[in-house]
Amino acid sequence: MSDSMIVFDNVSKSYQDGIDAISEVNIRIDRGEFVFIIGNSGAGKSTLIKLILKELDPTTGKIYVNGRFLNRLRHSKTPLLRRDIGVVFQDFRLLNDRSVYDNVAFAQKVIEAPTSKIKRRVTAMLALVGLAERYKSYPGELSGGEKQRVAIARALVNNPPILLADEPTGNLDAGNSWEIMKLLEEINKRGTTVIVVTHDREIVNAMKKRVITIHNGKVVSDEEGGYEYEN
Amino acid sequence: MKISSFLYCLKQGFKSLHKHKLFTLASVGTIAACIFLISMFYALMSNFQYIVKQFEDQFCIQVYFDEGISDAEIEAIKEKIGARAEVSDIIYTSAEEAWETFKEQYFTEDNMDLAEGFDDDNPLANSASFSIYLNDINMQDAMVEYLEDIDGVRSVKAAQTAATTMSDFAKLIGYISGVIIIVLYAVSIFLISNTITIAISVRSEEIGIMKLIGASDAFVRTPFVVEGVVIGLVGAAIPLIGIYYIYSKVITYMLSEYQALSTNIQFYSVGEVFKTLIPLGLLVGVGIGFIGSRITLRRHLRV
Repeated sequence: MSDSMIVFDNVSKSYQDGIDAISEVNIRIDRGEFVFIIGNSGAGKSTLIKLILKELDPTTGKIYVNGRFLNRLRHSKTPLLRRDIGVVFQDFRLLNDRSVYDNVAFAQKVIEAPTSKIKRRVTAMLALVGLAERYKSYPGELSGGEKQRVAIARALVNNPPILLADEPTGNLDAGNSWEIMKLLEEINKRGTTVIVVTHDREIVNAMKKRVITIHNGKVVSDEEGGYEYEN
Repeated sequence: MKISSFLYCLKQGFKSLHKHKLFTLASVGTIAACIFLISMFYALMSNFQYIVKQFEDQFCIQVYFDEGISDAEIEAIKEKIGARAEVSDIIYTSAEEAWETFKEQYFTEDNMDLAEGFDDDNPLANSASFSIYLNDINMQDAMVEYLEDIDGVRSVKAAQTAATTMSDFAKLIGYISGVIIIVLYAVSIFLISNTITIAISVRSEEIGIMKLIGASDAFVRTPFVVEGVVIGLVGAAIPLIGIYYIYSKVITYMLSEYQALSTNIQFYSVGEVFKTLIPLGLLVGVGIGFIGSRITLRRHLRV
């Protein structure tokens, strides 16, 4: 298990209303992998993300993330788990009253990084995502693609071993979507384990990566290649 | 939490106070109104208890001695009583002094010659007495019982009903004021908690992002607690300043307009009331802000 970044061992999650969000899911994602998780709305993708981030606890089964056994992880230790996972959302979730620089630096402040390190790291991350010149801009002044780049810079600034992107291209046009995917691929090549939750068929097919397909809360396929699952 | 992080949170707290001016004003107003009521109530009640205490202090137990008792025996009894902790003062009145006082009270210049006829044969020859004052009027019953058992004591007189009624009334007022202050405090926490809930809902996205990035509970909580404490402090300071002026004006007015009052009772001075009211008010204000923000945030941190 030493090379495993994320392990779901027979995991099920039922909500209080009795609905099974995911059922007997077995997934193993190794260090440095690039994985797509695909599925229709209501398939259980969001539950999967919440379980990885320990926003939810499984009803049965075991979950390991970067060597941490989440079932027994105390609430006070949850921040340490989340610092191992950079998260990018479809709606960017930037703080609109703060500049690009401050949005990225915010993630460093939160983990109580030394001030001397913050400037260096933030500048490097903004250069990586191609926004070094726009550090003074506010989110309202940026395009969708640029906003998502800021979100990626924020997710990566703490140097997490895992990047979890939830529909990162959902609000972007085709051109920007490709730019973001290339950026994620570049980040993956630098050693970060990248997990992208999406239902963008075109991108998944073109990237030729490992694809885990979820349908009605169950893993129905897990293979290299493209978006093969059909309803 | 590191000092640099604490300073960052402190700065964020102050920034937020400035950024959400309306919320800040509403919260300060809420706390100020509650602390104004608490402080007014405290000032009224403490004065009432002070006045009751003044009346209590006027009550004393009178002890009369057996006929033919010697001065040495009286002195021995005085020492014995004076050694008791509940006794605050003992005043001895000799038979001669008692007769002199009686004369002054009941005879005028016109009939003083009648009184002087008794000077060689004091009608109050056996009326030497102690006036015993107690620290706590509640101890009166026990003290009377004790005094009656002392050899050489003929009789013990105490204003039983008046003393206990005053004491019970003061106690009742104490309990009522305690309950009212606690209720006002709880109402303040509820109100400030509601106001903070609004502030948090405005910033719930920010809190959510902070939690997902890996912020500790303390990091998320501190700016809100700073806000709560600052709002509490300002919310306490404003009514305290107001009451300071109102109180001194009211006392001056009452003593000048109702002169009969000033001869019979005394009020606490502004300085005396505020010796307690300032720390109490500030503590209540800070407490409301601190507790209110912590209670409200707890729900949002369970993510």
